[in-house]
Amino acid sequence: MEFDLIFKNIDLFFQGTWMTLRLLFFSLLIGGTLSIPLAIARATRHRWFNRPVWMFTYFFRGTPLLVQTYLVYNGLSQFDFIRESILWTVLRDAYWCALIAFSLNTCAYTTEILRGFIETTPRGEIEAARAAGMGPWLRMRRIILPSAFRRALPAYSNEVIFMLHGSAIASVITLMDILGAGRTLNARYYLAFEGFLTSAVFYLTITFMLTAIFRQLERKLNKHLYPRIATS
Amino acid sequence: MELLLNYTPLLLKGTVLTIAVGLTSLAISVVLGLLGAWGKLSRSPVAQGAAKTYTTIVRGIPDIVLMLLLFYGGQQIVNQIGDYFGWDYVEIDAFTAGVTTIGFIFGAYMTETFRGAYLAIPAGQIEAGMACGMSRWTVFRRIIWPQLVRYALPSFGNNWLVMIKTTALVSIIGLQDVVYLANAAGKSTRQPFTFLFGVLIIFLILTSISNAGLNWLERRYNIGHERN
Repeated sequence: MEFDLIFKNIDLFFQGTWMTLRLLFFSLLIGGTLSIPLAIARATRHRWFNRPVWMFTYFFRGTPLLVQTYLVYNGLSQFDFIRESILWTVLRDAYWCALIAFSLNTCAYTTEILRGFIETTPRGEIEAARAAGMGPWLRMRRIILPSAFRRALPAYSNEVIFMLHGSAIASVITLMDILGAGRTLNARYYLAFEGFLTSAVFYLTITFMLTAIFRQLERKLNKHLYPRIATS
Repeated sequence: MELLLNYTPLLLKGTVLTIAVGLTSLAISVVLGLLGAWGKLSRSPVAQGAAKTYTTIVRGIPDIVLMLLLFYGGQQIVNQIGDYFGWDYVEIDAFTAGVTTIGFIFGAYMTETFRGAYLAIPAGQIEAGMACGMSRWTVFRRIIWPQLVRYALPSFGNNWLVMIKTTALVSIIGLQDVVYLANAAGKSTRQPFTFLFGVLIIFLILTSISNAGLNWLERRYNIGHERN
């Protein structure tokens, strides 16, 4: 192991971390925001709402993120009308392509997670909201969604970790994320072990940190769901 | 569309390789998963620690990082060892690196699958088997295995569906799977969207077939077992 070369290039890894975290944060933000109306549409049993959303999630959950990313980055250039439109200024950029692919991907998974928890809202809570005279939208906004968000937290934390790991695909389309830094070390000095191992350590650290954050959040938000421990 | 039809033999070749990578990795992951579950359930603290470290580390690192680490790094390590013993230059090919990595990663997930399934088998049945004079191997074959499969199947199926998608990563280390070939064909014909979309459809077909197969297996292994 050539530790001095890792330390000499450690800036690359910190810049890569910034890129990875930015991609992760914004794709989760965009995908998460989009998933809320889609999950509601999916939870209504109405065919016109349910079916198209189901097709969207089935497509994105049944195919590899790598190919989805390629499709946005390499594929869209096939169409002249896209290359000539104003959209091309955005779609030419690898960062935006990665962001679009990741957002759609996490949106599909989050939609299904959220739908599951919307559908399993305890009946009593809905009945109580009805009895209190709440209409369907108010019920959704005040009772069903907050309850579903809280119960979905453990499943969602898995999705976040999955997305962090998936974001390493960005390096394949030339972005300098954490793995991009590792690949640079490999290409520049032929140091495979040093570069990729350092990347692995960075990802591992972020994974542990995210897990710890979610555990805290769960403990705080789901306090009422845990059994009470007798205090003497 | 016509273009895709012309390239059907090529894409089919790639799909076969993708399936081969998937199935080989699956076999490796099942072996590692059984070993890992055995380690986690054993009373030896060393085995427990090893299994725990394995699952924690693997699940904390992206699959693509592990793959590149093994493909490029493994090559260096093997040859450093080789130099020491005076072997010839050993080359790790992309297929070996790919299936080893994917198998290694999903072995960690399979560990949890098998561990959970084993814990679902009532201990009394194992004791009863031993009381009947069965050897440990007979107990495993007759009592544990059939039920292990039953309880493990849902999670096992999930792992397989994730794994078949993960095989797409082997295209990065140069293995000519369906993703690699479609990407290349898309570039040379200047119709990348058509080809990449075709690959997505191929993956959808593979996952749909897998789903049907898994449902069949689940029905089969749940014969005589009440569904709740």
